[in-house]
Amino acid sequence: MLALSRFIDRFNDAVGRFVAWLVLAAVLVSAGNAVVRKLFNTSSNAFLEVQWYLFSAVFLLAAAQTLLRQEHVRIDLLSARLSARSRAWIDVFGIVCFLFPLVAVVIDLSLPLLTRAYFSGEMSGNAGGLIRWPVLALLPLGFGLLGVQGVSELIKRVAFLRGDLPESPVRAPPNETGSS
Amino acid sequence: MLELFAANMAPWMFGSLVVFLLIGFPVAFSLGACGLFYALVGIELGLMPASIMQALPLRIVGIMQNDTLLAIPFFTFMGLILERSGMAEDLLDTIGQLFGPIRGGLAYAVIFVGAMLAATTGVVAASVISMGLISLPIMLRYGYDRRVASGVIAASGTLAQIIPPSLVLIVLADQLGQSVGTLYQGALLPALMLTGLYGVYVAVISVMRPQWVPAMPASARTLFESTPGLGRKSRFQLGARVTLVLIPPLALIFLVLGTIFLGIATPTEGGAMGATGALAIAIARQRLDLPLLQQAMQSTARLSCFVLFILIGSTVFSLSFQAVDGPKWVEHLLTALPGGVVGFLIVVNVLIFLLAFFLDFFELAFIVVPLLAPVATALGIDLVWFGVLLAVNMQTSFMHPPFGFALFYLRSVAPDREYTDTVTGKRIAPVTIGQIYRGAIPFVMIQLVMVALIIAFPGLVDRGHAVETTIDADAALRQMQTDQNAADAADAASTATAPDGNSADEDPLKALQQAVEADRTAPPK
Repeated sequence: MLALSRFIDRFNDAVGRFVAWLVLAAVLVSAGNAVVRKLFNTSSNAFLEVQWYLFSAVFLLAAAQTLLRQEHVRIDLLSARLSARSRAWIDVFGIVCFLFPLVAVVIDLSLPLLTRAYFSGEMSGNAGGLIRWPVLALLPLGFGLLGVQGVSELIKRVAFLRGDLPESPVRAPPNETGSS
Repeated sequence: MLELFAANMAPWMFGSLVVFLLIGFPVAFSLGACGLFYALVGIELGLMPASIMQALPLRIVGIMQNDTLLAIPFFTFMGLILERSGMAEDLLDTIGQLFGPIRGGLAYAVIFVGAMLAATTGVVAASVISMGLISLPIMLRYGYDRRVASGVIAASGTLAQIIPPSLVLIVLADQLGQSVGTLYQGALLPALMLTGLYGVYVAVISVMRPQWVPAMPASARTLFESTPGLGRKSRFQLGARVTLVLIPPLALIFLVLGTIFLGIATPTEGGAMGATGALAIAIARQRLDLPLLQQAMQSTARLSCFVLFILIGSTVFSLSFQAVDGPKWVEHLLTALPGGVVGFLIVVNVLIFLLAFFLDFFELAFIVVPLLAPVATALGIDLVWFGVLLAVNMQTSFMHPPFGFALFYLRSVAPDREYTDTVTGKRIAPVTIGQIYRGAIPFVMIQLVMVALIIAFPGLVDRGHAVETTIDADAALRQMQTDQNAADAADAASTATAPDGNSADEDPLKALQQAVEADRTAPPK
């Protein structure tokens, strides 16, 4: 099981590294759009839409990596005082009762949207806009990866609680490590 | 029993939210789970239609399309690149040289540079860390009081939250349904006043407790390690150097804020231009390499991700909260306060101030602000003014001991054990967390004074003039089109009328009206 978890971690980390490049792409496209709009008084709806397609890809596909690196913010007012084991239990509970249902609902509700857009070949409402389904596909895809990462995190927490992992996978809150 | 519960779903839901959040699982998922849980309960009790969550995917698509939120990664990326470009170091060195010889001079330099960095980026961590690394050792070397030194650094770093182009103002503008440009303009004067008040505080200390903020000895003016060539150069050369280091930040400030205020660029475009400018500066200084670039991109991706996921979580929550008439409950609660508008403002500010002890501003903005905005509107409060007021108040969330992030950042770079100063050879004691906390308190007080000033003199918040609206008509229209609700509605309409939507496409305003109309009349899908 830990091997599976390691594979998921590596995969989602790689996805995260890849989509990070889209940040740079979005910056350059958006700056380019602004300059072109002012200098040549023209704009391309396709390029305007590329901006948010890229941005959506960044934050939806990086969600799994953000979970992996534990950078989704928590309120650790109380949990900071608990032991590493208690924090691991909180995560087990949270992944099973909070994360998985949310992921399931979003995937379940967004798939019909995607299939409808795919089969109807729906285009953007703006003239010269882009085809819609690829960006709608990001929704189930991003949440799917997030769910898979949830499985990996769950494996690591359980392994720690059973004593198969020496160190707690739950990062200590910043006021203990002094670095944030 | 069950009826009592059903009749009071909104308070129950709000109470559960607090519990869900305090468990310590990531906020984004706890928020969403709380929403889902109550949707399930509501459907089970027959209080909500079974289709309650059907609107969710379209809401999320609305978030994805939101042009305003796109500014978040741009400004974050810009800040991260600038942090490594060495601009902050140069500024601190040179401005420190300039102000150092007067009493309290190093503190003024930190405030000045903090404001300068704040006007180029919206990232607190970058400012606090660079100032903590560069200015703190110098201030300790010349015998500054530790509390004053650390307080002034943490506070000046948090200026990034209130001086445009701040992320707080972007998020607040989005949540209050106002244009970012207007909110930037409104925040400008209060932000500058706040910077001024910090300066006044240092001035008062330099009179009352001169030994806390000593002037640098004249000989020390040569002692900045990173500018060995400066030495005993003439005033002219110092002047030339000051001008030289001020050019890049001033150019960036113009590129970003200038273009936004002049109505040339939208805040999102300004952010993209600023990020490109920051890249150019970093390349020109030969500070940009692949690992740095990758690191900046990845941090940006993850920060945008956690922010946007809190927003997604709060969207799930608000779907159910609206279904149980939660906003109405909050409105009744807050409009029933004694003292009317003033009572509301006092309660809200006390509430935000207290919540800021353990929530950071993204959570406040996405959870609390949507509840307050309708009440403020009902009371006839101007939302731009209200947004600026909240932004100043929320800035304290970075400085509250013991959870303020600025204090964490400073702690992480402040010396934590005794060390020997390289210049004077003296042993320097570490800076304790208690000193950092105590140093922050006067600045939190100043912050509250500023909140009171804004309430007492609403005119401090520039509401924009007719000029602004004409210049910005173009930008405002696009802002309108990308406004989340409009986008939701438009999307709903375009999916409903996709094949024959061509006529609507020719006239965006008409399309918008139709979309809103369709959203109103269309049954929940």
